[in-house]
Amino acid sequence: MEFSLRNRTAIVGIGESDIGKVPHLSGLGLTAQAAKRALDDAGLAVSDIDGLLTAYSLTEPFFMLGTVLCEYLGLKPRFCSSLVAGGATPAILLGHAAAAIAAGQASCVLVCTGENRATGMSRDTAVSSLAAAVGHPYFEYPYGNSIPGCYAMIARRYMHEYGITREQLAHVPVVTRQHAAMHPNSHMKAPITIEDVIASKPIASPLNLLDCCLISDAAGAFIVTSADRARHIADRPVYLLGVGECHTHEYIVCAETLVHFGVMESGQGAYRMAGLGPDDMDLAQLYDCFSIVPILELEELGFCAPGEGGSFYAAGHAAIGARLPVNTHGGMLSHAHAGATGGMLGIIEAVAQLIGECGERQVRDAHTALVHNEGGVLSSNCTVILADQPR
Amino acid sequence: MNLPVPALNADSKPFWEAARASRLLIKQCDACMRPFFPPRHLCPFCWSDKTLWIESRGTGTIYSYTVIHRAPAPEFSGRGPYVVALVDLAEGPRVMANIVGAGALEAAVGDRVKLCFEERGEGWKVPQFERSAS
Repeated sequence: MEFSLRNRTAIVGIGESDIGKVPHLSGLGLTAQAAKRALDDAGLAVSDIDGLLTAYSLTEPFFMLGTVLCEYLGLKPRFCSSLVAGGATPAILLGHAAAAIAAGQASCVLVCTGENRATGMSRDTAVSSLAAAVGHPYFEYPYGNSIPGCYAMIARRYMHEYGITREQLAHVPVVTRQHAAMHPNSHMKAPITIEDVIASKPIASPLNLLDCCLISDAAGAFIVTSADRARHIADRPVYLLGVGECHTHEYIVCAETLVHFGVMESGQGAYRMAGLGPDDMDLAQLYDCFSIVPILELEELGFCAPGEGGSFYAAGHAAIGARLPVNTHGGMLSHAHAGATGGMLGIIEAVAQLIGECGERQVRDAHTALVHNEGGVLSSNCTVILADQPR
Repeated sequence: MNLPVPALNADSKPFWEAARASRLLIKQCDACMRPFFPPRHLCPFCWSDKTLWIESRGTGTIYSYTVIHRAPAPEFSGRGPYVVALVDLAEGPRVMANIVGAGALEAAVGDRVKLCFEERGEGWKVPQFERSAS
């Protein structure tokens, strides 16, 4: 029988750091703040943690970030590593934490990420270091492409093949901002309109400033333990039902097409493990580094037909209270984005929704949630399915 | 600021040295015969380590493109809005380049383009593309 992680583990605590511009905390400090909040949320002691997983940091590029964080936090775990898969990292870390717990390598894993991208580096440095990290150093760098440029080429090809419109793209940041306004910790809350998005400064055509994610100081953390133990720790543990991954390329020049990515295979892996499909999801936290991305993720994850992600947003189906609430915390477009923490905050929001502590942005009858993280240029993909009960 | 010159490693050096002589080289597998880009030690399709350099005819079509308004590094800031494109070569592989020359900012998906070379410092040249008269 195929080994499955379904129902074996659960998240028992979540924590977000202060978000936005937080100059009094380093990236490690932000991460520590989020970790403490997650530990307090779980009602656990520091001595309960015997595993730590983390990602990477451009602002504080320690070579062995996992070990550095253990030292900073005073932990001596028996299981620790740092993993670099860009924005896909947090969902992958959840899968790795679950696998380690199922294999007996750890019993209680702290998964944490954080960076001070807003105050720890200048905006110019943030833009150029990302371009250097995601552009091919030998064959793309001489041409002056940017990260928005990569996603702009995806948007342009999408418009060409499917006829999606500039206005449909603009619906994504608008509804996402509405959601962010209902979260007390969001970086950007001021309402925006379709016209604002279309009139905002051009960055890389067809994408404008308001089509692009934020650059924030932010950290997030969650604690994973076995399902059996979780029932004794948390009033409402959130169970991991499925996880899937697909890694297809690194640089955009090597993407086979710009209208199909490994999102689909990643999602299918998660659905298969969970024994569920898109119709079973009550909400989704999708990667939204740029407005085009959740549109194509909706399609590849089976929430609508190919080419219909733009009209899905334009029809209002992604709003809280509608068919499939997407990015109920405000996503990376409005809640926060700081490296791997963008996807991390999507996982945290999914957990918060499933335990019902989201106040005015609470999705009614939220029992099952999908989170998709992607890194590079839709290069590394990881999908997780979470639920308030084992299935 | 000067536009950047190419970076060399064992995979990229033959490509960029050929570009100095205004030639665009791509790799082809000598076992399965499929051309590929970027160049690398083995064929990404069949893992044969018998690969050849072949010269591209230098014609292609624009698969997708963007006009960069916010440059990623100071070297490019003085260039004004410029076009970055993915070009499908007639031989098959896809390359990244700028669309330069007359009407570059009016580039569109599906446009036919032809190879040209742009001089960077120290005798280096980078392959670029111009829109073909249709």
